[in-house]
Amino acid sequence: MQASVLVAPTSRRSTAALWLLRAVGLLAVLGVLAPILVVVFSWSSEQTDIWQHLIATQLGGLLANTLTLLVGVGILVSLLGIALAWFTVMCDFPGRAWFEWLLMLPMAVPAYVMAFVTLGVFDFGGPLQSFLRDHVGQAYGSIDVRSEPTVIVVFSLVLYPYVYMLARSAFLSQSSDTIEAARALGCNAWQAFFRVALPMARPAIIAGVSLALMETLADFGTVAIFNYDTFTTAIYKSWFGFFNLQAAAQLASILLLFVALTLFAERRSRGGRRFVQGARLQHRFRFAVSPLTAWMMTLICSVVLFMAFVLPVLQLMLWALGAGAEQLNRRFFELLAHSLWLAGIAALVTVILALVLAFNRRQKGRFSAVFGAAHLGYALPGSVLAVGIMLSFTYIDNQFFIPLQRVFGMVPTPILVGSLLTLLAAYWIRFLAVASGPVESSLERIRPSLPEAARTLGAQGATLVWRIYLPMLRPGLLTAAVLVFVDVMKEMPATLLLRPYGWDTLAVRIYEMTAEGQWQLAALPALALVAAGLIPVIISIRQSRH
Amino acid sequence: MMFRVAARLVAILVVVGLAACGRSTPPADSASGPELVVYSSRIEQLIKPIFDDFTKETGIRIRYVTDDAGPLLARMRAEGENSPADMLITVDAGNLWQAAELGVLEPIESAILARNVPPALRDEQGRWFGVSIRARTIVYATDRVKPDELSTYEDLANPEWSGRLCLRTAKKVYNQSLVASLIVALGQEKAEQVVTGWVDNLAVAPFASDNKVIEAIEAGQCDVGLVNTYYLARMLADKPELPVGLFWANQQGEAPAGRGVHVNISGAGITKASKHKAEALRLLEWMSGPTAQYDFASLNQEYPVNDATAPSELIQQWGSFNADTMPMSEAGRLQGEAIKMMDRAGYR
Repeated sequence: MQASVLVAPTSRRSTAALWLLRAVGLLAVLGVLAPILVVVFSWSSEQTDIWQHLIATQLGGLLANTLTLLVGVGILVSLLGIALAWFTVMCDFPGRAWFEWLLMLPMAVPAYVMAFVTLGVFDFGGPLQSFLRDHVGQAYGSIDVRSEPTVIVVFSLVLYPYVYMLARSAFLSQSSDTIEAARALGCNAWQAFFRVALPMARPAIIAGVSLALMETLADFGTVAIFNYDTFTTAIYKSWFGFFNLQAAAQLASILLLFVALTLFAERRSRGGRRFVQGARLQHRFRFAVSPLTAWMMTLICSVVLFMAFVLPVLQLMLWALGAGAEQLNRRFFELLAHSLWLAGIAALVTVILALVLAFNRRQKGRFSAVFGAAHLGYALPGSVLAVGIMLSFTYIDNQFFIPLQRVFGMVPTPILVGSLLTLLAAYWIRFLAVASGPVESSLERIRPSLPEAARTLGAQGATLVWRIYLPMLRPGLLTAAVLVFVDVMKEMPATLLLRPYGWDTLAVRIYEMTAEGQWQLAALPALALVAAGLIPVIISIRQSRH
Repeated sequence: MMFRVAARLVAILVVVGLAACGRSTPPADSASGPELVVYSSRIEQLIKPIFDDFTKETGIRIRYVTDDAGPLLARMRAEGENSPADMLITVDAGNLWQAAELGVLEPIESAILARNVPPALRDEQGRWFGVSIRARTIVYATDRVKPDELSTYEDLANPEWSGRLCLRTAKKVYNQSLVASLIVALGQEKAEQVVTGWVDNLAVAPFASDNKVIEAIEAGQCDVGLVNTYYLARMLADKPELPVGLFWANQQGEAPAGRGVHVNISGAGITKASKHKAEALRLLEWMSGPTAQYDFASLNQEYPVNDATAPSELIQQWGSFNADTMPMSEAGRLQGEAIKMMDRAGYR
């Protein structure tokens, strides 16, 4: 697109910088590709028995379920995310300033927590239906809520913030000029939205929706709570039931292929179009809406906020109180500290790498397509990716460090697996896609004329990056950091498998409690997880106000 | 210029990397004796008190990671002879059997273990040993079912239970082992009829956990269910008036009907890669001894494997039971067969 803008091709040091950027970018991609290759190489062995069994019994139903889930979640997160973002950015209604940031909070609620809270409150044996049976009539409280619509709603309630956050920052950065021009040309509010604002926000929205869908596709924990079978069910059945990791990896690689094709198609469909912003960044223009419409907006925002955040937090609090205070010991704060530390460092590293990759992709060159592969880590079910990472790092241990230790006469022990370094690597391998969305879409919106103008004024290299690019990228970088931070806090499979001894986190504690079915005991760590996840969300909101 | 920016980014990454390595080095007090590493799919709350007691008694320190058995096994295999793990603990026989099949467990001969752990609850070659028993049996709504209506697992497939049965998902290994025990006792054909009968009798789609099965019975969604006893014990500890009773299945008559309650184990084995086999054996033997057995069982309301140890007071109210003597290794061997059968029957 504009390689010459970032780096003057004449300078030798700049060429060196370019290669350094490229090297780090390639290293990051290599990190993502290694576990994926491990998964893909599973095809080297035949697992006909399991395949035949799956095709004969379940596979058709699983695919149908998965597809329904994806379509449902895709539609609902788009509706919620885009509508709420448009309301809070472009319309005036009571409570707007509050909802603007409150609506981001559900992101801190892990999907599996939302799932077990939903069941706890709304299931047949839960308080709501029991009350209805006792006081209204048997017929009103005899519903099995573990159905398809419930699963779709649960996913959508925790995943819409991906779309909301990205769409919101896209709408915010669309200058009022554009909308005003549309209005002046005779568009009404709806037309301005559908013809101008929405198409311009497309990269951001698609990035958000695809994150939500990848998370849905790779999920196992949430659907397991509803005993709703999806494609990942087959993967886990092959692994944990038939003890066949090969077949599980083969199934997982099909998921991967599906995601890779979708990402590729999306990129192709965007083609050479560019999405840049107008000149004026200040955004003071809002549509006036009728009082009735305004209150409807307030109502919609309130309902979403209540269902997605207030209700789960209240229920968790109730359970946590019921479980007693003895859980609040030193160990608990240790877990909290581990979670915060890991998430913080992982967010920092991941965002830096995402930025490096984004710059790399901007340089049209031989490698630019390769860097797209960095998104694939998010598409695999967490456990499968975790095993892939573990196998790659064990390979390095066995081939390199162990022989080295032998040479020096030390007791050979794995260096990488079980080290913090590997755990952090696992996090960025998994969440690079999460960070890339906001980073890339905010980079795309920088008009080429800006850095060009800066260059005419004598700004070069570092000055250009620190004074032009970084300030303009800051909202995107912050969003990326928040998303990664919160995702790492919630991450389970890689943390479980790769953590060093004693490095248990809140998510590990939740896993241990829910593994034994003691959801009530998981309430306190879950609550802490939500609360800790709020910190960066709130920081980013405060920052984005300026 | 640009070089400096890129260099700074790389520098940050390197510093973070080094910091991460630094933080991961073990504490410096490694002078005091050997240290065991345990990979466990039994959760921290249920093993740490036992490890702490062991360390107090012997001075041998223990480090552990907890995870599902699948990932832990994959890690042990990948690490091979360099694995730091000295012991593997899992919560069901299937995974122990699988670990033995994969050749990561060391055959052990120990008079103490042979005395403390009954033969059906350990591997013939001594590669793994049960440390606690988990009985899976029938629970019922005390206000809607009389105990004398109940008899066997197979009976729950009969039409009189139509629309009254609740089950946990077939994806849970406990149910896979139970169905494996049906295959051993009744043969393929009859076992499949039973599973199909269960599915026909289901009041609602299978639940994700045993707790939910018990809650459903309490709420009146169904009348009978199959659960591991400790789930009921834990709920009774919180709520003694819970209207859910426990019935020991398959106690009356000749085998196969009277073969006894299906039991599973949580168990442990010493790894081939272990560099501290003597200490690991000491831990394993200690876990089969009276102190640890009592802790093991009472921490989670399970039954001890060592019959010299009494179960906790709470579960003594259910009296004693005859257990199915199917060797635990059968559950592992037939696990795949059982899953296929449940899939065919539409048991999710």
